Amino acid sequence: MSILTYIFGWPLVAALLLVFVPRNYRVIIRAIALLATLTSAVLAVKMFMQYAGAPLDVDGYRFVQQIPWVESLGISYHVGVDGLNVGLILMGAIVAFAAACCSWEIKEHEKEFYILLLVMSGGILGAFASLDLFFFYFLHELALVPTFIMIGVWGRGERKNYATFQITLYLSLGALIALIGLIALYLQAGANTFDIPKLTEYIRQHPLSAHSQNFIFPLLLFGFGILVSLWPFHSWAPLGYSSAPSPTAMLHAGVLKKFGLYGLIRIALPLLPQAAQGWMQILAWLCLGNILYVGWVAMRQKDLNLLIGNSSVAHMGFIFLGIASLNLIGITGAEFIMVAHGFLAALTFALSGYIYQKTGTLQISELGGLCRQLRFIGTVLLMAAMAGCGLPGFANFVGEATVFFGAWTVFPLVTGLALWGALIIGAVYMTRAIRNALHGPLPDKWAGLADAASLWRKLPYALLLASLFVFGCFPRLLTEKITPDAQKIVSLAAPAEAAAKPSATMVAQAGLSPNRNPQSAIRN
Amino acid sequence: MNASLTTLEVCVIALGIVLMLADFFATAERKRFLGYAAIAALTGLLLISFSGNGVCSLTGTAFNGTFIEDALAVYFKRFFLVAAILVLFMSGEFSDRIAGGISEYYSLIIFALAGMCFAASANDFAMLFVSIELITITFYVLTSFQRGRLISLEAGVKYLILGALSSAFLVFGIALVWGTTGKLNFTELASVAAQFETNKLFLIGVLFVLVGLGFKIAAVPFQIWAPDVYQGAPTPTTAFLAVGSKAAGFVLLLRVLFTALPAVTRHWADLLIVISGITILYGNLCALPQRNLKRLLGYSSIAHAGYLLLGVAALSVSGQAALLYYLAGYLFTVVAAFLVICVVMRHLDNEDISALAGLNQRSPLLAATMTFAMVSLAGIPPMAGFFGKFLLLKAVIQQGAVNHGYYCLAFTALAGVVISLYYYFGVIRAIYWSKNAPDLSPIPLSGPVKFSVCVCIAGMFWLGLFPSVVLDLATEAAKSLGI
Repeated sequence: MSILTYIFGWPLVAALLLVFVPRNYRVIIRAIALLATLTSAVLAVKMFMQYAGAPLDVDGYRFVQQIPWVESLGISYHVGVDGLNVGLILMGAIVAFAAACCSWEIKEHEKEFYILLLVMSGGILGAFASLDLFFFYFLHELALVPTFIMIGVWGRGERKNYATFQITLYLSLGALIALIGLIALYLQAGANTFDIPKLTEYIRQHPLSAHSQNFIFPLLLFGFGILVSLWPFHSWAPLGYSSAPSPTAMLHAGVLKKFGLYGLIRIALPLLPQAAQGWMQILAWLCLGNILYVGWVAMRQKDLNLLIGNSSVAHMGFIFLGIASLNLIGITGAEFIMVAHGFLAALTFALSGYIYQKTGTLQISELGGLCRQLRFIGTVLLMAAMAGCGLPGFANFVGEATVFFGAWTVFPLVTGLALWGALIIGAVYMTRAIRNALHGPLPDKWAGLADAASLWRKLPYALLLASLFVFGCFPRLLTEKITPDAQKIVSLAAPAEAAAKPSATMVAQAGLSPNRNPQSAIRN
Repeated sequence: MNASLTTLEVCVIALGIVLMLADFFATAERKRFLGYAAIAALTGLLLISFSGNGVCSLTGTAFNGTFIEDALAVYFKRFFLVAAILVLFMSGEFSDRIAGGISEYYSLIIFALAGMCFAASANDFAMLFVSIELITITFYVLTSFQRGRLISLEAGVKYLILGALSSAFLVFGIALVWGTTGKLNFTELASVAAQFETNKLFLIGVLFVLVGLGFKIAAVPFQIWAPDVYQGAPTPTTAFLAVGSKAAGFVLLLRVLFTALPAVTRHWADLLIVISGITILYGNLCALPQRNLKRLLGYSSIAHAGYLLLGVAALSVSGQAALLYYLAGYLFTVVAAFLVICVVMRHLDNEDISALAGLNQRSPLLAATMTFAMVSLAGIPPMAGFFGKFLLLKAVIQQGAVNHGYYCLAFTALAGVVISLYYYFGVIRAIYWSKNAPDLSPIPLSGPVKFSVCVCIAGMFWLGLFPSVVLDLATEAAKSLGI
């Protein structure tokens, strides 16, 4: 058995186990959930550490396991990691544990909540680990559906029902459009296999006709795009996240959303290279919609959670920009932001969930001076906001800087505008929110707020913040794993580009720049 | 001439007659056990059929080619046996609500089963008509079996009138086909049908046959009876109607379209695409506002007829195999849902969704069963419904390169799936998260109910997680259609 099977298998097994635990054993239910997610997080860290030493299989994947499932259709259970998903699995497992820790805010129907949370965590980790198109989709769908139920049942705010309705409609539609694209891809390739490595190899030798590529690529781009809140299909995201219970928002914004991006990089780019090159120009302009338009919308928000939701949509724009640049630096940067943003989104939603839990409101005008009362939470929120603005020392900076280096050579105009969005707009809404929510005089009604007192309560926030620091100060941990496999993707997706610039040195420069003086970066 | 091929059917009919005779000798409180005797007998037949030896595994034709025993027929006969066994379990639970003669109820189910088995083997228009009438006429009685309930009688009358009308179309269509070609046998018809491709009378005849079959499967525009009959009929009848009768309609449709008239079917892809698309949209959209659970499942069954028609419209072996696979998943799913309705709504006049409130506290097993059934109907992994829909979509998209209408059909099916999430989740929501449950008393479950519920759950998961066994059987069965 591959370690990957254990990483995503434990949460699913625990979910099954919880079905048989009586609902009044609350401590046991919570303990099982925490233990399962902790185990998978520890295993993921172990897998990440052992990555470099693990043997490669013929296709360049590690920790591989393959079991035939439906042979007549060429479906098999096939898991493995390479540089593209190793970071995502690590991030997903840590976020899943943090989300389980933060679930103490759920007070009713706890059993069902933890079952759904575990299904969600196990499903999405499995989707990232999967090297079979069918299971890739199957496990994501398994993780997606609990999201809707969780928002509908444990969600908050008056617009909960509308938010549930909207997110269900958008995401199911996106997932199904992507499914049609994937099935069409399988059928057009004619290799009678859902196995991603085999399919990639087969298509490299027998490329699809331009006609079928142009038919399938938009399906994948927009299907996955809807899942990732690509502008103009993003409107489900801010409202959905602000209505969701915070563990759900953490897992979805942090982990599930990366599925669509991962799908684009792993499947759409290398298998449909010709169409991909044609669509990248359009994608670059669409991503400006995310960065500038949604950033602008975020500036106008009066609710902290809607602001965070919009900023998370805006951050997706940088990833799309990295993908659109279709070169080694851009893709590496996109992969890096995917991991960094996973930690960041989970952290901010966890913090806003804490504040909501204590105050019952997230209207920024009603908050204020919270740093006096919530010293720990306030400080972490401040750091998270700074990470969101792209402050060096946090992982986001590395990713965003890398993406801009990559995109500059291809789309100078778009990159210029995006930079403006990243540096100015992001900084404006983040610092303004921080000033209004955390600083200034403390309203009398919040005088009795309690900070996260025990170590146990602080753990999820500290864990996520620490991860952002670690990858911010030592980006090489991730970039050296991503680069060789990003190179493979680029050489498949844009052969001319790859031949012209074997630019690993540039990645090193871009990715490692904050590493030269990490101490000063943190002090800033 | 191999009459021993019909052993299964003969055994089933004999069982029905024995049950009726046994009724004379059984005391009132023992009558419930007649059902278990019938279940035991059918299980025996099922096991013999799976054991792969003896008379039940012969293949060939009998009665001058009017009766055919091939992989497709065997697949459907096993399907019908499983359906009948589960429905008999449900009827045992329902027996206290049937005033007159539970043993007649059992034997009518057995006779309907015989009709379905003949339908699975029909290779001739005469056999087709006889088997359909055997099914439909028993269902007229089964539907209106609760004589004291007005709604049950109303359902019976509606089903009778529309059923008779569709039979008239069917027999008229058969007459026109026979009048133009002089053939009734499917195999013979296939060899001459190409000459009549442009003969208007012949084509009208085929169209009328399709009308009759469309009624059986509740495809738009012949769906109008389904919600009323589903709502009014006794719950086990509804379940058998939803599973058995629909599957019988599909096996006949497959035989007529692909064995008898492949030459005509080839030109009718667009018609099938349109019917399938409209059926999906109609069923799903009309299910949205429903509050009565049986009526909701009635509309949902129309929608599922549409999904199943995807497999027919694809005009390919993989489409037919997907259809057969989907039916197998649908069997466990629908029977599970109706079992829960049958047990939970025992004392209620109307099956309003609100009656499910607090079910997770009253009976966790039933709550889980209903949830799994809804999740499977909605086509969400890891249940049977997901893999079935995946296969159907794959079959349809496969044909998209030939005719772009198939892409539109795939997107229509996708829209239907998204719409259906709303009402299926509504049911789940009512079970787990209703605020004010009127009644929180635990629901006692009898052993047979527990057993049949577990079989259904196991079936849904097994088909969803380990599809290869049934898929191989379905593919083999589809190949025997000869397209």
